[in-house]
Amino acid sequence: MTTDTKVRTLSMAQAISEAVAQEMERDQRVFVMGEDVGKYGGIFSATTGLLDKFGPERIMDTPISETGFMGAAIGAAAEGLRPISELMFVDFFGVCFDQIYNHLAKNTYMSGGNTKYPVVITTGIGGGYNDAAQHSQCLYGIFAHVPGLKVVVPSNAYDAKGLMTAAIRDDNPVVFMYHKGIMGLSWMSYFEGSTNAVPLEPYTIPFGEAKVVREGRDLTIVTLSQMVQKAVLAADTLAAEGIDVEIIDLRTLVPLDRESVLRSVAKTGRLLVADEDYLSFGVSGEIAAIVAEHLDSVKLKAPIRRLAVPDVPIPFSRPLEQFAIPQVDGIAAAVRELMQLNLN
Amino acid sequence: MDPTSEQLLWMYEKMVEIREYEETMAKVYLEGKLPPKIQKGLAFDIGAGPVPGEMHLAAGQEPVAVGVCAHLKAEDAVVGAHRPHHFAIAKNVDLNAMTAEMFGKVTGLGRGKGGHMHLFDPAVKFSCSGIVGASAPQACGAALAAKKLGKDWVAIGFFGEGAANQGAFHEALNLASLWKLPVIFVCEDNKYGISVEKQDSTSIESNADRAAGYGMPGVLVETNDAVAVFRAAGDAVARARRGEGPTLIEVKTDRYLGHFQGDPETYRPKGEAQELRTHDPIPALGALLRARDLLDDAGDARLRQAVSARVEAAYAFGRNSPYPEPSEALLHVFAD
Repeated sequence: MTTDTKVRTLSMAQAISEAVAQEMERDQRVFVMGEDVGKYGGIFSATTGLLDKFGPERIMDTPISETGFMGAAIGAAAEGLRPISELMFVDFFGVCFDQIYNHLAKNTYMSGGNTKYPVVITTGIGGGYNDAAQHSQCLYGIFAHVPGLKVVVPSNAYDAKGLMTAAIRDDNPVVFMYHKGIMGLSWMSYFEGSTNAVPLEPYTIPFGEAKVVREGRDLTIVTLSQMVQKAVLAADTLAAEGIDVEIIDLRTLVPLDRESVLRSVAKTGRLLVADEDYLSFGVSGEIAAIVAEHLDSVKLKAPIRRLAVPDVPIPFSRPLEQFAIPQVDGIAAAVRELMQLNLN
Repeated sequence: MDPTSEQLLWMYEKMVEIREYEETMAKVYLEGKLPPKIQKGLAFDIGAGPVPGEMHLAAGQEPVAVGVCAHLKAEDAVVGAHRPHHFAIAKNVDLNAMTAEMFGKVTGLGRGKGGHMHLFDPAVKFSCSGIVGASAPQACGAALAAKKLGKDWVAIGFFGEGAANQGAFHEALNLASLWKLPVIFVCEDNKYGISVEKQDSTSIESNADRAAGYGMPGVLVETNDAVAVFRAAGDAVARARRGEGPTLIEVKTDRYLGHFQGDPETYRPKGEAQELRTHDPIPALGALLRARDLLDDAGDARLRQAVSARVEAAYAFGRNSPYPEPSEALLHVFAD
């Protein structure tokens, strides 16, 4: 056991790049490729400092050819390497999804378990900074929908480091989705709760274990990514009003910790899902369905409510965008409303 | 580079094996799919019989597979396309397990989960994909791995002329040339992308010319001839092993059968397939072997007998193997 327990306060971006660096030191098979991951250090700083440490052979800037390098990641992983392949914005998956969902996600299955593809895809998600419809989406529901991809969506630096370390060590494809508005970038306002204490030494956080971010009696908010930080702020406001909210941070969508959701809702009897992805056919519906399928053991006091982007593309103009993406006040209002509702 | 006697004989035997394999499959595939055994009113039932689903056969295209694979070692990676059997056989994929896969059996390469377009044999580094154009980027990845690991391995991406109009092809060529990857892109021009003729889909006569746009050699093999493919591939593989980067090869080859079995082939001029068979590359190579005293009638008969025994054994293995338990459908989504 190491005795090094040094803990610093890191941004999520710093925590991610630290995890990548430590795994690259530990395992020569790990390398990074993507657009602007080298000299620039990643558009969202997920690879800052890595080029100086590891050189261009292991931190590889690619052409703007997502199909080309996602496919190359698959081919390299089949040969035993462990690529980290950066898709700068998740919104760009449209130009390379064939390699991801038809190959990376399915080849292990179609080979009857005879092949493995230890690829980590890193990608920026989310809005809130007026980048409009093609650079603001979350889309984790689409990746989680396709069998064969593990989907990681951290809400803070501590979790991001442990989950990234676990992702790199996993023998399966992992899509690691970091919300731009919690990376702690110097050029975008962010939720400060996402920058927190991170141990220097490497550690892993197992997939499929949600975290109870805040314990409460009255109502459960199931959420993920940046929305966790919004929910925490809403819960602080609500606490002053005497409403005691429990917050569940899912942390990974695949695998999904259904038990933690059910345990919490069984305790509080009230569920609000707060999600930054589109409303219909997505994460919020999935969580609601899990609870609905267990109404024999989970007794609800009020109907389930979902807050998500109301099935519109993310608009540009600030008032429009802030309206479409659920905000702290909207979460608090939804909780107050739910507390007024009672099932017979 | 000319093939040795041993390589000539290997190519001939493999071509005979591929042809027999494909012609056997053409027959086996029809089992249970025709009236009166199927739903009334149907002419054909794709989901019926011991080998259900689509079936893309490569009879006629053998020279491409053997001419390239004659240069490969087990450590060299091959990524094939949706018409993959000739590549698989030429890369020494386990014939029994490959056949069992097409029968959907638990003894198959993918325990029945892949089928004929999705064959994975990591022991000889073979894989393929049902998505047109997908092989080229993945071959780049295998080549990148060889380079990173300091090996002299090469990777082959096989695809049809239709795939050369996919973005994946162009992205892969740029990447391969940019990073000087030991990869050879081999385009099989069998004239048709399903039904659409190359002249109606492709803005340029030879895809080999497209190599110039990516700063790599482009080679056109104008005849469906194993020795001609062997020469072109030999130069390309040697160049790749020397660390000098990728090559694009296009081979004008012939598809004797439909795009898939059951294809009515209404787009094809009457008699075209018969005419193509008059230039069959297998007897042509047989004649060359005889002219060089490498083969006689008795030797040919022995060779064909041995091939038949292997092919028959593979089909028997596939047919007689058990199906997986239905609940196995839930396994292998993730690696253990």
